[in-house]
Amino acid sequence: MKETLLLLRNRGKIEPGNAADYIAEGGYEALKKALFINSKDIIQELKAAGLRGRGGAGFPTYRKLEFASDAPGHVKYIVCNADEGEPGTNKDRILLSSDPCSILEGMAIAGKAVNAHVGFIYLRAEYSYLLPILENAIKSSVKANCLGRDIMGSGFDFEIKLRSGAGAYVCGEETALFESIEGKRGEPRYRPPFPGIKGLFNKPTVLNNVETLANIPPIFLHGSEWYRSIGTENSPGTKLFTVCGNVNRRGVYEFPMGVNLKELIYEVCGGIEDGRELLAVQTGGASGAIINASQIDMTLDIDAVSASGGRLGCGTILVIDDRNCILDIVRNNLDFFRDESCGKCTPCREGGTRLYQLVGRIAEGRGSIRDLETIEDLAETIRLTSLCGLGHSTAVPVASSIRNFKSCFWEHIDKDYCPVCCEEGGYTE
Amino acid sequence: MRLENSYSYKTASSKLVQVAEIASRYMGRPEMLMKVIIQAQQVVPAFSEEVAAVIAREMEIPQTQVYSFITFYAMLSVKPRGKYIIRMCKSAPCHVKGARDIVRTLEKMLHIRMGETTEDNRFTLEYCPCLGICEISPAVMINNRTYGNLTTESVRTIIKQYIREDIEE
Amino acid sequence: MIKLMIDGESVLAEEGTTILEAARKLNVSIPTLCHHEDQSIKAVCRICVVEVEGQTLLPTACNTPVADGMTVRTASPKVLKARKNIMELILARHPQNCLICSKNGSCELQKTAQDLNLNQDNRYQLQDRKVTADTSSPSLVRDMSKCILCGRCTEMCGQIQDIGVMAKENRGFHTVIVPPYGKKLTDTTCVNCGQCVQVCPVGALSIKDDTQKIYDSISAGKTMVIQMAPSVRITLAESLGAKPGSVTTGKIIHALKKIGFDKVFDSDFSADLTIMEEGSEFLKRLKEGGTLPLITSCCPAWVKYCETYAPDFTNHLSTAKSPQQMFGSVIKHIFAVNENVPKENLCSVSVMPCTAKKFECQRPEMKDDVDIVITVQELAKMIRTAGIDFDNLEDVPFDAPFGLGSGAAQIFGITGGVMEAALRTVYEVVTGENLELLDFHQVRGFEGLKEATVQVGDLEVKVAVVHGLSNAKQLLKRMRDGQADYHFIEVMSCPGGCIGGGGNAPTTKKKLQARRDAIYREDQNLPIRKSHENPYVMKLYKDYLGEPLSERSHKLLHTQYISRRDLLR
Repeated sequence: MKETLLLLRNRGKIEPGNAADYIAEGGYEALKKALFINSKDIIQELKAAGLRGRGGAGFPTYRKLEFASDAPGHVKYIVCNADEGEPGTNKDRILLSSDPCSILEGMAIAGKAVNAHVGFIYLRAEYSYLLPILENAIKSSVKANCLGRDIMGSGFDFEIKLRSGAGAYVCGEETALFESIEGKRGEPRYRPPFPGIKGLFNKPTVLNNVETLANIPPIFLHGSEWYRSIGTENSPGTKLFTVCGNVNRRGVYEFPMGVNLKELIYEVCGGIEDGRELLAVQTGGASGAIINASQIDMTLDIDAVSASGGRLGCGTILVIDDRNCILDIVRNNLDFFRDESCGKCTPCREGGTRLYQLVGRIAEGRGSIRDLETIEDLAETIRLTSLCGLGHSTAVPVASSIRNFKSCFWEHIDKDYCPVCCEEGGYTE
Repeated sequence: MRLENSYSYKTASSKLVQVAEIASRYMGRPEMLMKVIIQAQQVVPAFSEEVAAVIAREMEIPQTQVYSFITFYAMLSVKPRGKYIIRMCKSAPCHVKGARDIVRTLEKMLHIRMGETTEDNRFTLEYCPCLGICEISPAVMINNRTYGNLTTESVRTIIKQYIREDIEE
Repeated sequence: MIKLMIDGESVLAEEGTTILEAARKLNVSIPTLCHHEDQSIKAVCRICVVEVEGQTLLPTACNTPVADGMTVRTASPKVLKARKNIMELILARHPQNCLICSKNGSCELQKTAQDLNLNQDNRYQLQDRKVTADTSSPSLVRDMSKCILCGRCTEMCGQIQDIGVMAKENRGFHTVIVPPYGKKLTDTTCVNCGQCVQVCPVGALSIKDDTQKIYDSISAGKTMVIQMAPSVRITLAESLGAKPGSVTTGKIIHALKKIGFDKVFDSDFSADLTIMEEGSEFLKRLKEGGTLPLITSCCPAWVKYCETYAPDFTNHLSTAKSPQQMFGSVIKHIFAVNENVPKENLCSVSVMPCTAKKFECQRPEMKDDVDIVITVQELAKMIRTAGIDFDNLEDVPFDAPFGLGSGAAQIFGITGGVMEAALRTVYEVVTGENLELLDFHQVRGFEGLKEATVQVGDLEVKVAVVHGLSNAKQLLKRMRDGQADYHFIEVMSCPGGCIGGGGNAPTTKKKLQARRDAIYREDQNLPIRKSHENPYVMKLYKDYLGEPLSERSHKLLHTQYISRRDLLR
């Protein structure tokens, strides 16, 4: 299977922070088009293209722009969510380090659509080595009159500022990200009010993932009809899939939406490493469902994965081979969520840790059937009542693994020793 | 003398003056706290009570707010840490590629457990969540540099470089 | 208007109403924990989740606005299961020692557990935070093992009082609300106002209980003398279950006698004394060009605040002691001598609506003139413990000679009251005329800042009244910017004044209204309404003090201030 290099078209071809290079490859042409059409038409074009968010939720991008465009007020913001914290995901890092100007262009077009004049890029602290590239990209774009004041003589101003995280996965949540930029703890806000009306600094805000923004220039360059011809009906366009774990060829791959998961693992990524067997796959990062080997013949687009009970999310595919144990994986997964919980709401703060403790007990052979029932009951409550998506996500992997790997849980309850889960050293606590 | 349980270690007054200068640029702009913190981190190793008091005074916000902010974020610290902060990723993509072996190796080499700092204050071992370099997992980040595709041998080689202060560019 | 269904009943609500508020219209009460009617919505405890038709997840009623055609079920089995699970999670972190907790019987967590009919063992390992309680402050106790992280205290201290002593430390499971850097309360800028205790739903923040000291003193055979603050007669009955604004002066005195107090005096008396001293001080500063504006000093939390955040302004504070401390002085140096009671056999107590008074009485400048301060809440507990049938007690009068106070003294308990009391006296002293209309409405009311210009003879006296420390902070800023052109300023730390003090039953804005009406009614009905007309006050000057600001008065009734700037480091 050959990749469709649309978002990754400039990778390796241009000097990343150099706007002149970017322009030579057709960069900022899309912005030029967008600057001289109506804001409403920009939103219509994105509606026609059917672009959906690439950060995890899959929300139709044009709708976000519509909310902010319709909201009253003169000060509005475009925010780029570069807090890529979902375990297993590198795609945004690749985009930012290879073609940052495409993100800036996407932000500027979004800005024109809602009449925002300031954009923020919130970059996670673990990617702070990318700051010089981004700074150069902004500087050289301003120099080339593609950002800043009176862009290309259109009378439209748009400046982009950089903001940094400091080590909190929860800051990838939209409203938590706003809180962090506002100098506070990254604790999500309740909704309503919705960010399109009251977002960053309580102003109408559009927040988009890096990859979503990278899709915007190609749509305007080649047209929505062309864009629709790629991918599937419910998920047009391409997707960056990050494949990691126990495969032979790990990496970020760009394919049209709708590619088959089994093919991706075995053909593109060369199958399981060291000649081992596939045990499980988790799509969508730590917040995705864990499925077993019999369930991987699946179309990878937003609705299809959703229908199967999982989530395509950011497009991460974690491949787990049979030298691992599912209980150990689930325990590791819950360890992540309890560490990253912001602690504001009861179900996630308390429940996240309790799930970890209970799964840990079962993993180490000290668990009972009652523990399993408690886990299912608690996971459901956490899913139903948490304040933000992190809480909802905490429940999905454990619930799906109980569904798809019931026998593994029973074995651990039955026996008292699992060599993988009871391994000495490493991290327990 | 282990420092990691002390809140009240001394910060040199010259450093406090530098932090005050940084913070004073944003007086009355509490939303710039992250920027102040990150710039101050270049000057002071950690945010002691005195440092937080200086930032609070210059920015005109309560010291409580500064402290609460710092303790929320995993990469900021109120207690001193080593010269080299070794962050070991323990998320699933690294875990399935043998991160536990790397952890054991690091702990053995440096004679400390995860979360602790060596007695000479040169190394701190910390867990961190996914660093976003999963195609080279298992991986660590030492200060601002990442090292991947680690084996127990390769990680020994890397740490040895740091011990000898002979880090490859 | 929006029409929706709640539990099968139809209700109309305006746009923007939350499900919680709409349900109240139907008298459906959805349980809450972090919600407080006078604070911002938090939506963190998740107890108030409800089922909304068409939504897969359970939204919280406190923040979800109603929508046309919405169908809500507030207590379906699905909702109840979720609530029980959440409560179970909270209780798994909570100490199980209700029976010895100060909040036993008035705890919102207890009530919620009771209403949910929790009757099964906790499935999780009990893991309370195991932190020792911080008892360093004389006014309150911080026991974070009981905290449910509702966030009411941080909003009260950080936003409403604008001080910010405590905030969240760490995140996730390890979150705890503490002062920074492991500080104990006494090392922080806490001013002891006790407003945090007012809003805490559980026993994490509580008033320091000094009742045992009283029992010990009674056992030791001391002469027990107690003074009762103006507000106490307004708010005590509420702590025993009566409706807000029930005035029960005579019953309280009777109850105090039953508990073992030999003399029950009226702090209104010393409030009149305070007006005499402070009013005279004001006129002196006006005539001689002294430091103006003069700022009141009867609120110890405000005094501590000024000493901490604006020590360069302490010269504006009146040197007059507060009514509590003036009374203490009178009791220890005049009453004790008259009655021939040696100091070591005398126990001078006060009952106050205020937690900061516990701090004030042990200030070195106050020389132990008041030995013990108990709050309204503590007295209510003592009454209950003594098995007294409070509602059926006969009224008993205050003891002479310190048992009479004017209406001006009575309104000391409300914001604007001290100012009004002072004006009533200042007016008559300056003009020599009889003041017909005694009610200075310009300084009444609950706005944060009230300003007025009062014509006193040919003097145009400009006054300002603030309550709540965030308003005091803004006033100080204006003073620094040279934009505070006043002669006289009254500051009360607690929103509403002392009737909203930290020592009362938990206050709400609604309750404050009822308490306010009661206090002005008392003023109206008292025979004497001006401080300088109090015959006992006049007698005290004639027999002992000479005149206001005399050397004797200064020695007994005035104090000095220090700088607490080092608390800001």
